[in-house]
Amino acid sequence: MTVIQVVFFLVAAFTTAAAFLVVLAKNIVHCAIALVFTFFGVAALYVLLDAEFLAAVQVLLYVGGITILLLFAIMLTSRISARGVKIMNEQVGMSAVVVLAIFAVMTIATLKGLAQVGPPDPASYATASLGRLLLTTYVLPFEAVSILLLAAMVGAIILARREREKD
Amino acid sequence: MEKALERFYAAFAALGIPWIVPQLILMLVVASLVILFISVSVMFMIWWERKISAHIQVRYGPMRVGGWHGWAQSIADGIKLLIKEDVIPAGADKLVFALAPMVVFAAALAAYVIIPFGPNLIVRDLNIGVLFYISISSLTVVGIIMAGWSSNNKYSVLGALRSAAQAVSYEVPLVVSILGVIMTVGSLSMIQIVEAQQRIWFVIPQFAGFLIYLTAALAECNRLPFDIPEAESELVAGFHVEYSGMRFAIFFLAEYANMFTVAAIATTLFLGGWHGPLLPPWLWFLIKTYFIIFVMMWVRWTLARLRVDQLMNLGWKVLLPLAFLNMGITGLVLVLLG
Repeated sequence: MTVIQVVFFLVAAFTTAAAFLVVLAKNIVHCAIALVFTFFGVAALYVLLDAEFLAAVQVLLYVGGITILLLFAIMLTSRISARGVKIMNEQVGMSAVVVLAIFAVMTIATLKGLAQVGPPDPASYATASLGRLLLTTYVLPFEAVSILLLAAMVGAIILARREREKD
Repeated sequence: MEKALERFYAAFAALGIPWIVPQLILMLVVASLVILFISVSVMFMIWWERKISAHIQVRYGPMRVGGWHGWAQSIADGIKLLIKEDVIPAGADKLVFALAPMVVFAAALAAYVIIPFGPNLIVRDLNIGVLFYISISSLTVVGIIMAGWSSNNKYSVLGALRSAAQAVSYEVPLVVSILGVIMTVGSLSMIQIVEAQQRIWFVIPQFAGFLIYLTAALAECNRLPFDIPEAESELVAGFHVEYSGMRFAIFFLAEYANMFTVAAIATTLFLGGWHGPLLPPWLWFLIKTYFIIFVMMWVRWTLARLRVDQLMNLGWKVLLPLAFLNMGITGLVLVLLG
């Protein structure tokens, strides 16, 4: 085993363990903190794949933005952090089926698809070429996603506003 | 320097030891050096800040320990904190409580990887340079929230919440203010950004960006006038109310280490990094960095604290539009100049 492989397995084990903790921890704040470590593990995997830009953005957006807002919401919700949360509910059977189906699809895709994909071109991962691609070849999907996110944000603000008026 | 490194690697290769062993040894040595530098620099900065604050308030500040102007005061304080009892509140979440200072310090330490002290004095010239700092610094807030929540104290939770709101709001103008420089250079690498300033420091064409960066950086460091996460008169001490002894010292260390990082990044991006006549590059870099730190201290002891709503208004309604305007104008000028 090469050094890279050892590092990969260490990081993968760390990420998976943290992900399990997200799902299984009784205290919802512990879940959120474990989620931070999961995101960090994923970022480390990106670094191993030479996708440094993606790794930095992963940490910036998921750790710096999303998890912090998540923790913010948990702390503003009264007493949710003091009580333990229920890990299982009555829909456990249904979700197990869905999860297994997704797992099967992804396994098949990995086994069949990876063989056809050649080794990636490291130059295409460079930040400059990524930016160029986003503003030329992929400008339409890029803008569509931006508008979608903007619409979601406006929607969230309107929902939050309406709730306050009721009070 | 590079030859010595090659010989170091070759010596291990000759013995049949895989390259990972000298690599690990090297990483350990560099990390120890960085921690040593942080400790010395932070102790100096604390003494300096006490002196500056004292003189602004027409006092002397520490005068006794060590003889000359109380220079050993920080060392004495550090030793005192080290030998204090380690207290964990009964109602605290023990694991998270212990983990929080480590997370904050790890984030502060990691940022030193990309600080270019001189042409060859950088731990690693990453491709993503500045972006690495921006992303790793967001971990600090996670640590602060962990500290505030796990202490099980309403003042700490309030401090943590304020810190989260502040960090999320001020990170956006901080990033956008840097973009002007990055667009001009066309690279995120710290070394290349410094080299691009051989003829003119970016503080001149990017003056607006510099001011926005400095303001947002003060907020990122939780320093006055943006220190609402630890506002003493409202929250006792904010997120670290329940911390004492060594754990408190780590928070303190990380805070001053972050201040140095922020100032060093300002030096690299706007003040020409190590460029300067006569003196050696590393000295120029330190002089500029400590000058910015001095400005930050000066601001702290001169201005009053902003209210929470004023803070949010300044971040979203003033700094962010200005930063976007700066970015747009920079882009326009770059296109017009070809």
